[in-house]
Amino acid sequence: FFQYCLSGHPTLPCNVLKFKSTTIMLDCGLDMTSTLNFLPLPLVQSPRLSKLPGWVLKDGSTFLDKELKECSGHVFVDSVPEFCLPETELLDLSTVDVILISNYHCMMALPYITEYTGFTGTVYATEPTVQIGRLLMEELVNSIERVPKAQSASMWKNKEVQRLLPAPLKDAVEVSMWRKCYTMPEVNAALSKIQLVGYSQKIELFGAVQVTPLSSGYALGSSNWIIQSHYEKVSYVSGSSLLTTHPQPMDQASLKNSDVLILTGLTQIPTANPDGMVGEFCNNLAMTVRNGGNVLVPCYPSGVIYDLLECLYQFIDSAGLSNVPFYFISPVANSSLEFSQIFAEWLCHNKQTKVYLPEPPFPHAELIQTNKLKHYPSIHGDFSNDFKQPCVVFTGHPSLRFGDVVHFMELWGKSSLNTVIFTEPDFSYLDALAPYQPLAMKCVYCPIDTRLNFIQVSKLLKEVQPLHVVCPEQYTQPPPTQSHRTDLMIDCQPPPMSYRRAEVLTLPYKRRYEKIEIMPELADSLVPLEIKPGISLATVSAVLHTKDNKHVLQLPPKPLQPPASKKRKRVSDDVPECKPLKPLLSGSIPVDQFVQTLEKHGFSDVKVEDTAKGHIVLLQEAETLIQIEEDSTHIICDNDEPLRVKLRDLVLKFLQKF
Amino acid sequence: FPEMSYSPFFCLGPGAGQDVGRSCILVSIAGKNVMLDCGMHMGYNDDRRFPDFSYITQNGRLTDFLDCVIISHFHLDHCGALPYFSEMVGYDGPIYMTHPTKAICPILLEDYRKITVDKKGETNFFTSQMIKDCMKKVVAVHLHQTVQVDEELEIKAYYAGHVLGAAMFQIKAGCESVVYTGDYNMTPDRHLGAAWIDKCRPDLLISESTYATTIRDSKRCRERDFLKKVHETVERGGKVLIPVFALGRAQELCILLETFWERMNLKAPIYFSTGLTEKANHYYKLFITWTNQKIRKTFVQRNMFEFKHIKAFDRAFADNPGPMVVFATPGMLHAGQSLQIFRKWAGNEKNMVIMPGYCVQGTVGHKILSGQRKLEMEGRQILEVKMQVEYMSFSAHADAKGIMQLIRQAEPRNVLLVHGEAKKMEFLKQKIEQEFHVNCYMPANGETTTIFTNPSIPVDISLGLLKRETAIGLLPDVKKPKLMHGTLIMKDNSFRLVSPEQALKELGLAEHQLRFTCRVHIQDPRKEHETVLRVYNHLKGVLKDYSVQHLPDGSITVESILIQATAHSEDQGTKVLLVSWTYQDEELGSYLTSLLKKGLPQSTS
Repeated sequence: FFQYCLSGHPTLPCNVLKFKSTTIMLDCGLDMTSTLNFLPLPLVQSPRLSKLPGWVLKDGSTFLDKELKECSGHVFVDSVPEFCLPETELLDLSTVDVILISNYHCMMALPYITEYTGFTGTVYATEPTVQIGRLLMEELVNSIERVPKAQSASMWKNKEVQRLLPAPLKDAVEVSMWRKCYTMPEVNAALSKIQLVGYSQKIELFGAVQVTPLSSGYALGSSNWIIQSHYEKVSYVSGSSLLTTHPQPMDQASLKNSDVLILTGLTQIPTANPDGMVGEFCNNLAMTVRNGGNVLVPCYPSGVIYDLLECLYQFIDSAGLSNVPFYFISPVANSSLEFSQIFAEWLCHNKQTKVYLPEPPFPHAELIQTNKLKHYPSIHGDFSNDFKQPCVVFTGHPSLRFGDVVHFMELWGKSSLNTVIFTEPDFSYLDALAPYQPLAMKCVYCPIDTRLNFIQVSKLLKEVQPLHVVCPEQYTQPPPTQSHRTDLMIDCQPPPMSYRRAEVLTLPYKRRYEKIEIMPELADSLVPLEIKPGISLATVSAVLHTKDNKHVLQLPPKPLQPPASKKRKRVSDDVPECKPLKPLLSGSIPVDQFVQTLEKHGFSDVKVEDTAKGHIVLLQEAETLIQIEEDSTHIICDNDEPLRVKLRDLVLKFLQKF
Repeated sequence: FPEMSYSPFFCLGPGAGQDVGRSCILVSIAGKNVMLDCGMHMGYNDDRRFPDFSYITQNGRLTDFLDCVIISHFHLDHCGALPYFSEMVGYDGPIYMTHPTKAICPILLEDYRKITVDKKGETNFFTSQMIKDCMKKVVAVHLHQTVQVDEELEIKAYYAGHVLGAAMFQIKAGCESVVYTGDYNMTPDRHLGAAWIDKCRPDLLISESTYATTIRDSKRCRERDFLKKVHETVERGGKVLIPVFALGRAQELCILLETFWERMNLKAPIYFSTGLTEKANHYYKLFITWTNQKIRKTFVQRNMFEFKHIKAFDRAFADNPGPMVVFATPGMLHAGQSLQIFRKWAGNEKNMVIMPGYCVQGTVGHKILSGQRKLEMEGRQILEVKMQVEYMSFSAHADAKGIMQLIRQAEPRNVLLVHGEAKKMEFLKQKIEQEFHVNCYMPANGETTTIFTNPSIPVDISLGLLKRETAIGLLPDVKKPKLMHGTLIMKDNSFRLVSPEQALKELGLAEHQLRFTCRVHIQDPRKEHETVLRVYNHLKGVLKDYSVQHLPDGSITVESILIQATAHSEDQGTKVLLVSWTYQDEELGSYLTSLLKKGLPQSTS
């Protein structure tokens, strides 16, 4: 049992588990923080960005000035943004049998895996995960493809050159592995390999392993996975939440009795309380709008945005914001809002009950109906006609490097009346803002991360009690910026096994049993014998059949009568073919009874001698002697087969067979 | 352990059996009792409308006897007796159904209650509150989710396609399993997908058989026929009444008419009778993941359940002059709005009523379909039916072909047919037995069928033993199967197969070694070591598949059998071979002594 760790990002994991004879990939997250090193992709010509000076080395050489630009003391790559892929060299990814996806954020590297590595297996995910994952990918591809970039920088990636660059470019890892975004045909091909599954559905893999998705409470359709055989159980916990937002609550009970629990996807902001952050979000939003400013919310098109819209639904009237337009701009805005309403079965209880009425589960249906919330595929087209300020805009991408958000940053950045509110926790907001500096606009950081925090984790671990915990190394020490906070790490006994990118872990299992089926005919033929009270034994001699990793025991076939052959019989024909193994024997021979039995069977000259360890029984006429000790019997006789067999059977009568 | 190999399980039907009336089946499997569906008979207005639950437990409590109740879909012949059962007879255990069924079923129950109590003034019927209390006992299940009812009993739902949220259920306990299909449809239609099940090889498949003998003509033909009839009637100024149940066929036919009206640019109004039908389309929108692939794929752009041409019906419209098409509930013309409109329009031969589904005996729908044209209504009034009566099989049941297809998919060991008419079922039964060589049963109402299963027994085998065996059998030989030897330890209810050595060790017992040493006399005047060499060469020549070794100390081993030679104390020309083996090598040892007894072959040298 091995775990290959292909990603070092704790919330965007990618691990491969070798479990019994199957190779299972757990998630394939795409680390997009690499894009922070790139210049934003403006939707309309940006004089500011195009006038940025090229970067010049200390020695004055300018050979990189086309590729690297300087902005407020930071250096950015002027090229199509690239992403950091999971490790592809650690093992042959074409041998991966299945990929299990836990939530739509953790599948963004899927096309790279399924389309570039020779992968021929199956991907398992829930329906909301697939539908929303598709929307996220569509938005990503769309926002990058709509701004064609003439140049593609690669010189800076040269190891010798990278050494000379300022931080953070100098320290960027695995830059040779960074890849451009995939295309829609690749997304479609990747998604076509997914098989839909439901919570608590037991999926058999090659008869050897069973995998089961469980509700994880973090997002629509988000799941943790149980990977188990009859005797070992691995729980894979990824992106779980105990807060009651919109998704179905987390299923904790099914995680019990795990041999190993792999723990990833904890909150990225362990010190922030999501509820408090939502309150702060609403207040800052209201204050800005009241002062005549605009609010920009960089966000993903699904997830926390549903909760934010629900809060605003309750908040806007009381805050006097009824006349402020809310815009949601994304190529998938409409789809995301529509899809959210049709996954009743994946929602929390309250929302499910609404569907029974029947009413749409999310109140954003009403916001749309009353024209308070409007959605557009992009800033072009209808939006430019409807656009009224002051307003609130929800749009992507949270990295501020591509998507419609770039336009609003350029448009509103110069005025201190406006506010950008960061709610997504995936990117450092300071890094995200760097290419827009200097900036007059207000910046508010309200990261909302509903995933498990360390207090919840330690409670969970106490409850489900796994034998071993495996987690990314980041979780085994306090955050680097808060090294005194020893409460911000996983604390359990035995201490967790940690992993880092490109590491292979050997998971601790001790497997001792396997399931086998005894066919009814064979079962009927068994003769159980009660050895001790409550314990019976039966010796089994049977034929083992193994097919598709399932083992079956059948009655041995009746020996075939050899066809009457006219050929002369050769000596070797008599050689016993397969040794029908004899059972083991146990017990001891009571000499007196044995002698009586011998006499009953016609041996009249039986003599018994005592020895140090037992007795010797002599049959004088037959020149035969039988040594009987506590744990052994030795019959020494002439080559008189009928006699030997007779004595053998008499001895066996006193012994138990195993 | 014969008591484990055969375990009978019973399947008895207080309801379903050979009659399309109400479905209610009791299954006992590995000691667990599960009730499948809880339907009512719409042809009756008295006690016979509900199943006789006293049949299940003569005097005990239902909650104690039943482990769970499963409802396959929201049609009243499958769930209509549920509030009566749970609230009036009394059952507090879990009731399982899918989410759409849980959403829609209480609405149909309430609608039905209103017709019976408020309109017909019947008493002794369940109340609105009882419907609510009953629904609180319902646990909603996902498709393919394995629901652990208790430690031994698990159930799993499969898509059945018959109506929104319809499901087939697999019930598993111990080594035994049953699949109950409810009503299902094996061909996708305009709004639902086809039923699907995996090769789950249940011991018993309980299948509906409403259309046991029909092999329905292609769907396309039926649709064309339907549109033609509606179109002709409307063209000549007639009115078309289509009695439907609010959910199900109604939506399919609406989609059909909507697209036809659009294409032909027709102006005649289409109405949908009021009440729950307005809501109905909303359910379809919210549960769109349960519809067919095409609708699901396009719903963001165009929701198929938002109709342009179809408007809500008002009672006054029935008297409007000119052509119109009205969808009205209920579907069998036994009560409510459809019956009212029917009475108004029946006298005019220009009008038409299209019955798109099956009607149970006793309903007006059944009467007119069987050719009756003079109907006795309430108050001895005689209604003469002059309007055209058409029957179109749109109800989404599997036909004979579909039933066979499902059996092929699931590969059951036994089949039991319910929810059909005896004669038709007999025909299908023969067909199933011929084609699949499985037993097929068709019990009458209240009749118990017992099916014997012969399951294999799962045991835990120690990995050491299994590895040892699979290592030996690396090259499996079909002709000479390897035997594996182990000891089955049965303790409490656990079964473990371990190596005999481990079994001894676990029980704290010592092995008793049984050894034989035989003296074989051989005539050979040569020196001892030469004799040994001859014996060695002889054995080596005969026992080609065995490991025969000549050891430095002068002895010979054949596998673990030891042969030593000594000179006879009196006769130098005779050598004594001591052949020594343990009981485990009994066959080989015995064979060796008899081989050596025959003497050595004449030396060729």
